Amino acid sequence: MRRYRRTAFLLLLPSLVLVAVFVYGFIFWTGELSLTNQNDLFVPQVRFVGLENYQRLFAHPRFQIDLRNTLVFSLIFIPGSLILGLFGALLLNTGVRGEGFFRTIFLMPMALSFIVTGVAWRWLMNPTSGLNLLFDALGLGFLKSGWYTDPAVGIKAIALAAIWQLSGYTMALYLAGLRAIPRELYEAAEVDGATPWQAFRYVTFPLLTPVTLSAVIVLGHISLKIFDLVVAIAGISGGPAFSSDVPALFMFVTTFQANRFAQGAAISIVLLVLVSFLVIPYLYWSLRQEVAE
Amino acid sequence: MKKRAKAWGIGALLGLLIAGLGLAQGGKLEIFSWWTTGGEAAGLFKLFELYKQKHPGVEIINAAVAGGAGSNAKAVLKTRMLGGDPPDSFQVHMGHELIDTWVVTGFMEPLDEIFQKNGWEEVFPKGVLELLKWNGHYWSVPANIHRANVLWYNQAIFEKYGLTPPKTFDDFFAAAEKLKAAGVIPLALGDNGIWASTHLFETVLIGTLGPEGYKGLWTGATDWKGPGVRQALETFARMLDYVNPDHAARSWDQANDLIIQGKAAMYIHGDWANADFMAKKFEGYGWAPAPGNYGVYDALSDTFGLPKKAPHRQEAIWWLELVGSKEGQEAFNPLKGSICARTDCDPKLFNPYLQWAMERWKTDTIVPSLAHGAAAKESWLAAINDTMSLFVTSRNVDQAQAMLAQACVDAGVCK
Amino acid sequence: MRRTLLFWALVYAALLLLAVFYLIPIYVLLINALKDYREVSVEAMWRLPEHLSLASFAKAWYGDPGVGMSGLGQNFWNSVKLVVPATFFSVLLGSINGYVLAQWRFRGSETLFFLLLFGMFIPYQSVLIPLVKVLMKLGLYGTISGLVLTHVVYGIPITTLIFRNYYAQIPRELGEAAQIDGAGVLGVYRHVILPLSAPGTVVAVIWQFTQIWNDFLFGVVITNKPSVQPITVALNNLAGSYIVEWNVQMAGAILAALPTLAVYILMGRYFIRGLLAGSVKG
Repeated sequence: MRRYRRTAFLLLLPSLVLVAVFVYGFIFWTGELSLTNQNDLFVPQVRFVGLENYQRLFAHPRFQIDLRNTLVFSLIFIPGSLILGLFGALLLNTGVRGEGFFRTIFLMPMALSFIVTGVAWRWLMNPTSGLNLLFDALGLGFLKSGWYTDPAVGIKAIALAAIWQLSGYTMALYLAGLRAIPRELYEAAEVDGATPWQAFRYVTFPLLTPVTLSAVIVLGHISLKIFDLVVAIAGISGGPAFSSDVPALFMFVTTFQANRFAQGAAISIVLLVLVSFLVIPYLYWSLRQEVAE
Repeated sequence: MKKRAKAWGIGALLGLLIAGLGLAQGGKLEIFSWWTTGGEAAGLFKLFELYKQKHPGVEIINAAVAGGAGSNAKAVLKTRMLGGDPPDSFQVHMGHELIDTWVVTGFMEPLDEIFQKNGWEEVFPKGVLELLKWNGHYWSVPANIHRANVLWYNQAIFEKYGLTPPKTFDDFFAAAEKLKAAGVIPLALGDNGIWASTHLFETVLIGTLGPEGYKGLWTGATDWKGPGVRQALETFARMLDYVNPDHAARSWDQANDLIIQGKAAMYIHGDWANADFMAKKFEGYGWAPAPGNYGVYDALSDTFGLPKKAPHRQEAIWWLELVGSKEGQEAFNPLKGSICARTDCDPKLFNPYLQWAMERWKTDTIVPSLAHGAAAKESWLAAINDTMSLFVTSRNVDQAQAMLAQACVDAGVCK
Repeated sequence: MRRTLLFWALVYAALLLLAVFYLIPIYVLLINALKDYREVSVEAMWRLPEHLSLASFAKAWYGDPGVGMSGLGQNFWNSVKLVVPATFFSVLLGSINGYVLAQWRFRGSETLFFLLLFGMFIPYQSVLIPLVKVLMKLGLYGTISGLVLTHVVYGIPITTLIFRNYYAQIPRELGEAAQIDGAGVLGVYRHVILPLSAPGTVVAVIWQFTQIWNDFLFGVVITNKPSVQPITVALNNLAGSYIVEWNVQMAGAILAALPTLAVYILMGRYFIRGLLAGSVKG
């Protein structure tokens, strides 16, 4: 048996080594870089500067805007995707005819790349075209907006496109969650004289809580990492006054355009820490629960 | 007769064979640029044509990268150079964009021999030779000169409201107020690429500090925390009150469209706007130096250099010799809409604006453009662009001045 | 629960409304991509094309050498050359790992699984700079091979997860029976696990195919030359340049979307399973 286990471990080894180097080694390397002065293509004397890059970062107006944008994005994108996803899943779960047809349409954006989505929404949210034209034609002129070209809207416009693309994900999660609820529970509720609303409130909703938690974690970590969609809609400059800018884009530009490598590394470490706060407890909880089962 | 025809046939066959061999031996030339559209692309193709006449059998690979006013191309170039895979020659702005990014870091070959062999020290003006030099050597060949500080205006609008091109900022604001009251957009701006705002700000800096004060910004001689920069920021903020509200959604050429359509009266921009007017068949425009910029030539230049690891070195040298030659410059520049970096080009080949610019080129004080890579290295320019991106919306003078001062410190120029 | 006619009317109305919401961007892409260049204008975005024309698709695919615009055709094939080997190897590794972690749990295997999974959630920005440096050292920077390696490595967590959850459903007794017959670890994998792997493999293949085809970040950082770039990067460059008419951009977007969209429409069930696997608990 032990010999078998050793062979099994050896099979795992190549992947373990790759992940150890490419994930953990590289993270360590990035962390180390973020503590140095390598902020140009050519630095005559590389030395450690402590937390200087982080201090500069948090004092930087652009990074402050980025953090605020990330928060605003999450506050629109996560509830938006949850509500739309739950709504769609409840509709699909009523047992309507053509369920498969509608489901295929609702989840379709999930198969597209952010760049494709970005091309479509960039033109839909062009101030002189797209949605604004539609609103005019429908007599809804008050809904018109400068979208991503208006500094007061910026990231909110990006969040709208993100909801379009990813609400299908929460819909799929909720649909699976709803299907897993035993019919008997509803029958029992009906026997007890519960209204449909009460059945939803006291049966469906609590049983969907773990699904909601999963969705919040996954959507939350997408909010922190969002990059492609911003580039495709607002462009590499992050929109006027950085109104659509996000930390991932700031990192990209800082590192690969301005050559401030240590500063870019500091941004990515901040991102990593934020993601870790979200993901580590969740992973731990998921795996523990699995073991308990 | 028959025999001769046969001999001809063989000769032709041999010719083909030789040409084929030339190709097979890797007679190639890869030229990297961001000239993909309009007059720029036409000028580039003209140079390729001339090159092929002189060196038939060399296959030219056009590695142009579109988009982002060159920012995409620069990113591509950086990764290629760092990855040890440079093109044979590449477009790069004269000044710090070339020097700090590629020369100081040891990626380029000095071109002193080529300069001497072709007698270029006699034909390029001193001001340009100085900007090309670093550490006593020449590092790139200028193909052209653009002027950044030009005020373009719609003649019909100026006539209608009895205006003349404003010489000072006071004149400018007086005219702008008049236009605004009449419902005309006084100043066009298209800064969806933030460099357009930086570009406008640079002309305000020149107009406020004067050429020497402006040049001092890049050497540490002029204080970024001083009253001059502050005043420039305040003037710039005031100007922004007169621009089209949708400036953030427009590109520089879409801002130019406002002049063409008669919706805006003035546009402070580089002279590629002139080429755009001509391409769009619009003739009702006039030009003058930007307000406060009389007697100053805010210059930028596209140059070509020779990377150390260029795979086809000889072909690249031929290319550089063509780019710097009278023939090359006279072919390229009328199409590109710029003037020759050489002083011996024939003015008759150029349109009226360019003839005007050629005259100024001889007499004006030359200063390097900030927004187009001549004045400051890339990371410094990036920090200034960041500042502008915030300032255009916030108009927060204190914050902007503090950021500009910090950027100078980060660049290692200020203490 | 009895459902009235009104209830169903409301349900269908809501479903149709949602369908419109999800289809609008695709509709806009499609009708404008099919327009003749003479009909294209921002003001007429919603108008149906009068004459159907595939000219925009041709231009998006072949480019327009006259103005120095290169087409997406070669980038499409770059993506194919990227996605096929990258999917194959990441699925292979995932299958082996999933087998070991599901069938041969050993002390610390849960911790290793946790450490592997974490790699799925990291912001890739935190590895980009070292990644570029290492790929340069290996001579793989700026090449499709470098991109393949990258996607294989960072695909390990998700493929491992998919296969582990899938193989966990296979009773261990099957493996043990084979062991009595003298099969080793590899033997069990070959003779017991592999023949049962088809559905899990389809899920993993579809998932990786979609993810890698749609990736932008690694592509834009690792491949620099337009002739090497995958289609998402080339499409973004196309969209970022103002010389290209926007209906050509839309045609390009459709070309870039076609493969994943086709897979989704044909095999949506497996795609959704992959989607659900991403939330860790299968």
